[in-house]
Amino acid sequence: MKIIVLLKRVPDTEAKILINQDGNGIREDGVKFIINTYDEYGIEEGLRLKEKVGGDSKVTAVCAGPEESTEVIRTALAMGVDDAVHICDPALAKPSPFTIAEVLAKAISEEGFDIIFCGKQGIDDDMAQTQSILAEKLDIPQVNNATVFELADDLSKAVLNRRIEGGDEKVEASLPVIISCEKGLNDPRYASLPGIMKAKKKEIRVKNLADLGFNEAPSSGRSRVLKWLPMPKGGECKMVEAEETVDAVKELARLLREEAKVV
Amino acid sequence: MNIQLTDEERMIQKTIRDFARKDLAAVADEANREGTFQDEIYASLAELGFMGITVPEKYGGVDFGTFSLVLTLEEISRVCASTAVAVSVHNSLANHIVLKYGSEEMKEKYLPRMASGEAIGVYALTEPDAGSDVSAIRMSAVKRGDEYILNGSKIFISTGDKAGVIIVIARTDPESKTKGMSAFLVEPDHPGFSVGKVEHKMGLKASSTVELVFEDCRVPAANLIGEEGMGMQIALGSLDGGRIGIASQALGIAQTALDEAVLFGRERKQFGKRLVDFQATRWKIADMATNIDAARLLTYRAARMRDEGLPCTKEASMAKLFTTRIANTAVYDSLQIHGGVGYTEEFKIERFFRDARVTEIYEGTSEIQRLVISKQVLKEYEQMYPA
Repeated sequence: MKIIVLLKRVPDTEAKILINQDGNGIREDGVKFIINTYDEYGIEEGLRLKEKVGGDSKVTAVCAGPEESTEVIRTALAMGVDDAVHICDPALAKPSPFTIAEVLAKAISEEGFDIIFCGKQGIDDDMAQTQSILAEKLDIPQVNNATVFELADDLSKAVLNRRIEGGDEKVEASLPVIISCEKGLNDPRYASLPGIMKAKKKEIRVKNLADLGFNEAPSSGRSRVLKWLPMPKGGECKMVEAEETVDAVKELARLLREEAKVV
Repeated sequence: MNIQLTDEERMIQKTIRDFARKDLAAVADEANREGTFQDEIYASLAELGFMGITVPEKYGGVDFGTFSLVLTLEEISRVCASTAVAVSVHNSLANHIVLKYGSEEMKEKYLPRMASGEAIGVYALTEPDAGSDVSAIRMSAVKRGDEYILNGSKIFISTGDKAGVIIVIARTDPESKTKGMSAFLVEPDHPGFSVGKVEHKMGLKASSTVELVFEDCRVPAANLIGEEGMGMQIALGSLDGGRIGIASQALGIAQTALDEAVLFGRERKQFGKRLVDFQATRWKIADMATNIDAARLLTYRAARMRDEGLPCTKEASMAKLFTTRIANTAVYDSLQIHGGVGYTEEFKIERFFRDARVTEIYEGTSEIQRLVISKQVLKEYEQMYPA
């Protein structure tokens, strides 16, 4: 069984995000980058599936991103992924979901696939579009926000729970299928030291747009990012101070009535 | 000397940091309160490869160096300094001694079990009358047929009650003080071995410290490490690694002292101001941060030198002396910033304050480190400016 796991390099969840001067990206100095946390559930599920199915099953990671993505790819390899494709091209700086899905579709088709796992969204852009556009491009079913995944014994179909508002929805999908993973699907393993050691010898195939048969970066679709803005600042906070609490409460009531006009 | 982390070392650091913050943090408070050794934590650490960090692949290890061990101990100690004790002794003393001085047969027999964590390695040197003065060791080993008979007791042995492999330094020749000692690999099921008194310590409560008793303990002659008379050499030759290990532990403790001081000081208000807005607090934070950086540089340098096969006795002692000292000032200052609550078990700093103290005592007291450093420095001057 040929299993593909998608991964994206994103700023660490603990990183403080600041918009750069041009308003077209974030300031990357001093920011640590990690594997998109939702993608880690995909990696884990892919590895578990391989362990279950056995035989000549293989897990290949596919990552589109800048040169620095090597470190997160190596981490996936250290977790147990067999090999990786790194799509890396200067023309793919700040790509849209449309562009990235088009490029991923080509690379994944070249690899061959039975099942694709990815995160339900990137924790950086929060667009949650790539997997759906990719499903369209590959013309395969998609199941989003998976919390339970099982494969039928005859390997013909997948049975899943997907998280919806207020509960789970149980669905069945034929293979090949793309599954986006939600928190709770599994508990991703750590990259073990033997894994880190073995990862040194595993292959990362680096491909640029020309290698994938593109003359230029594919169209970014019908939407365009105009500008990145910092989080709007919260409103002014006025502290009510008085010698006696009772006076402070009176003053607060007056302000709520006369200035805020909420009571 | 490059003290920057390689990609691989960053990955190792991330794994152990994530493990410490999640799995270890979940049990650390209770383990230290109850004084229980966390078997399952060591099992997980072993599964992730941390019990064979410096052991070559062919003996079941992962063949990373001292530097990776330093990163590991630092991250573990940031969460639970007790846990770092066994990991440090096992890797930097037990594994190291078998690897460096053991016969091929011994390496093949024991290292895979040690690297997989099946057998935790401990180091038994100290005796009631032989602490800093290693040459005063009395425990005897007499050869009889194809066995050695060991008699005597060892005290203050970390994790001695959980040991699968015990490295013991004993006296084979009562006539010669320093050349009369030898090293042995003892298994707990060798007849005549038992665990004696269990110590109740001030800190490091989740790490056991026990007496080991050898009464006509029969050890196969093949378990002599190296040759007869090499005991002192083996004991002293392992010190560099052990000291770098304890420096890393102290570094982790110091880092947490600073982390906790800043996090607490940002929340706590007095006289209408946050504690971190008082100059008295700021100065403590500046001193702690500067000391920790200097300690980290010293420790990383010693580890890099050791990995490059350079002599690093002076550097290892400097790292140990300085880092353990500043760890103790850092926990002191951090507790001071916490004020009254820092003296209660509710806050982490109380445990780290107690744990820090012993780092200036074990694996060579600060006084011994100064002795080692001054000896090396005077030797260097002797070479530069012969008298």
